[in-house]
Amino acid sequence: MVKELPVIYLQTAACSGCVVTLLNTASPTIKNVLIDQIAPGVHINLKFHPVIMAAAGEPALQVMEDTARRQKGEYVLVVDGAVPMATDAVYGAIGERNGKPVTMLQRVTELAEDALAVIALGTCASFGGIPASPPNPTGCTSVQKALAAKGISKPLINIPGCPPHPDWFVGTVASVILSGLPKAEDLDDFLRPKAFYGKLIHENCPRRAYFDEGKFAKKFGEDGCLYELGCKGPITHADCPLRRWNSGTNWVIGAGAPCNGCTQPEFPNETAPFYEKLVDVDLPVVGAYWANKEVK
Amino acid sequence: MGKIIIDPVTRIEGHLKIECVVENGVVKDARATGNLFRGLELILRGRDPRDAQVITQRICGVCPQSHGIAATLNLDSAFGIADKIPDNGRIIRNLIHGAHVVQDHVLHFYHLAALDYVNIADVAKYEGNDSQLNSVKDFIKRGALEPFLPRYEGDYRLPPAVNQQAVAHYVKALEIRRIGHEAVSIFSGKIPHSVGVVPGGVTTVPTADNIMAYIWKIKILQDFINNVYIPDVFAVAGAYLDYAEIGVGCKNLLSYGMYDLNGTSPDYATRERLFKQGTIGADLKPAPLDTGKITEQVRHSWYEDSTTNLHPSHGDTRPQYGKKDAYSWAKSPRYDGRVYEVGPLARVVVTYAKGDPKMKEMVDGALKQLKAKPSVLFSVLGRHLARALSAKFIADSLESWALQLKPGQPAYVEYKLPDEAMGMGIIEGSRGALGHWIEIKNKKIANYQAVVPTTWNISPMDDKGQHGPIEQALIGTRVRDEKNPFEIVRIIRSFDPCLACAVHVVTPKGRDLGQFRVV
Repeated sequence: MVKELPVIYLQTAACSGCVVTLLNTASPTIKNVLIDQIAPGVHINLKFHPVIMAAAGEPALQVMEDTARRQKGEYVLVVDGAVPMATDAVYGAIGERNGKPVTMLQRVTELAEDALAVIALGTCASFGGIPASPPNPTGCTSVQKALAAKGISKPLINIPGCPPHPDWFVGTVASVILSGLPKAEDLDDFLRPKAFYGKLIHENCPRRAYFDEGKFAKKFGEDGCLYELGCKGPITHADCPLRRWNSGTNWVIGAGAPCNGCTQPEFPNETAPFYEKLVDVDLPVVGAYWANKEVK
Repeated sequence: MGKIIIDPVTRIEGHLKIECVVENGVVKDARATGNLFRGLELILRGRDPRDAQVITQRICGVCPQSHGIAATLNLDSAFGIADKIPDNGRIIRNLIHGAHVVQDHVLHFYHLAALDYVNIADVAKYEGNDSQLNSVKDFIKRGALEPFLPRYEGDYRLPPAVNQQAVAHYVKALEIRRIGHEAVSIFSGKIPHSVGVVPGGVTTVPTADNIMAYIWKIKILQDFINNVYIPDVFAVAGAYLDYAEIGVGCKNLLSYGMYDLNGTSPDYATRERLFKQGTIGADLKPAPLDTGKITEQVRHSWYEDSTTNLHPSHGDTRPQYGKKDAYSWAKSPRYDGRVYEVGPLARVVVTYAKGDPKMKEMVDGALKQLKAKPSVLFSVLGRHLARALSAKFIADSLESWALQLKPGQPAYVEYKLPDEAMGMGIIEGSRGALGHWIEIKNKKIANYQAVVPTTWNISPMDDKGQHGPIEQALIGTRVRDEKNPFEIVRIIRSFDPCLACAVHVVTPKGRDLGQFRVV
């Protein structure tokens, strides 16, 4: 008997980058995730997903609402996107009820209330992200804050990243399936799984030796640490340098570009300007050792 | 007659609703409603201009690379370096954007559109040894069939063996499009939301191993396009030939062109591109592109009327939800005051009509195979065919471009950030004409406007009451089964809109005559 794990994937104020990044999962593949038993005896039953599902309109919404009713407390709610709150939340709607648009805020709170757990996927859902940055025209906020505003308390995991690496999501789901919901000590202060967000980019960066040596690239295409070109690796938590992206093909700094800090709650506002040095500090000059030493 | 509520239409990106008025089974009126406003143009104001290429990619995670390129061309032009990008930089941008658009076309046909034509249930009858198909058969046997059921029931016409093969291709295409993104990331770090394209060129320097890795991933895409994707489009066309006459639309097409073949002219509207720039109508006589003729109208959009009919370089975005007679967050872009469709169909037809020999051979060959005249291109099938040909046209160019790269040579040129400047970046995204405009003051973004392909296509009525392209394509359509309105979703999806949508079909008097339920 195969256990079906029901999942509702709700998209709010988002760009679909999180959807596409999940399609890029390499092992397991997205086909393994959707069709096969993801672990022996367990199949993810993706009940609602606006970009993939065959159904449209009323039948699609019906599945969503039936799942919430019939499988109360059993389904995982994944929210991809920030939640618009301004002006009675008019800036985003998903479907209608009795001829009136149902706001994204209403959908998130209704579905979260009866969920087993909530996963906020991407920086918008985790922290507000791009749509919530000043002047935040639509009053966007994170899933955590939207639920708190409505007095709803649920186990919540944030998987930030703009977009997140597919492994961070698939690995978190695998962990829930194999070992149950994460314990408090498995998550950091921002509810990110430490397994993926426990270290700074800077700690594992292959250009770290340049930083220590005091060798900084002054323009794109040069060797050297990208700090002066705006790299936010020193303040950004993620395992990109080890995991690398797109089936391990490459990653941001591997392409000679500065990290823009997209897994951080401060993204994008406090990690921008993206191509300006983070802060003027006395940087390491180990590389100047011989230059300053009188060699006899 | 009946009121059928389809809300939301899925398998498109974003949040959109469409309302169709149906009388005696025929769509009499249609309205498209963009259902999400994020205000990214407002968020861009006051920021460092260089950050535009990071922020604007987040307009859309399906076509981020197109926004990244449009923003970068826009900044190049504002910084006065549009004609100074080193060839290595120009070519790598083409390679990045090329692989991205090809995988996007594969994604659209198989993962967004195909389930409207292909009956996945036929895999239950599969008796062969294909392990992928057998795993789908196991999935069907277990009985938890979401997200593939429920669906509209009825009009699936392909024979079981073809359906089974198409499902195998659906699974294969998941892998193919992933490989397309791997090719992008070779030069652009990661995708979605890549980092390699910046004003001045690209951040990376080509190496022989990168060039070779890229070429061999592209060969996998080419093989799939030639031997699977294009034959599948013809297989669908053979069974659904009536769709060569359904969803005709406005018959005005607009292309900004894409893939710069040389970078020596600062004028994007006339520089040499693989896909050509221009406009064209049903007579297939191309006219040159004049970006000065573009305006955005807001008479029926939730923005203040004082901001209507402005050129995007002076565009203004002032939300006013609930405005009288307005029904969408989308504005109405118009060219010379008229309605234009954008997308693969537009760029393929413009390039064809301008006499490009390879495009001519591909389009004429396809029409011959279908025993059809060029007029059938203006249809649901025409859009799918054009998208497949667009994929082939791009994929067949990428290897030779990659071989033009000079390993170890610069791909980036330095520039000075201007105190004040205006810029424009125009390009074809996967879904059509994409324009970005910027005004810089005190080294900061004073104004930024993006006019995206889907806004052209799903635009609501304009100041003169002219319907947008998708609205026009829907009006006049006969809906055979109002409980399973295949025609409507097939028309909408043929445009590959970058918005999730909701479709309402109501009678002229708004009478409620029947509700749609889970099948």
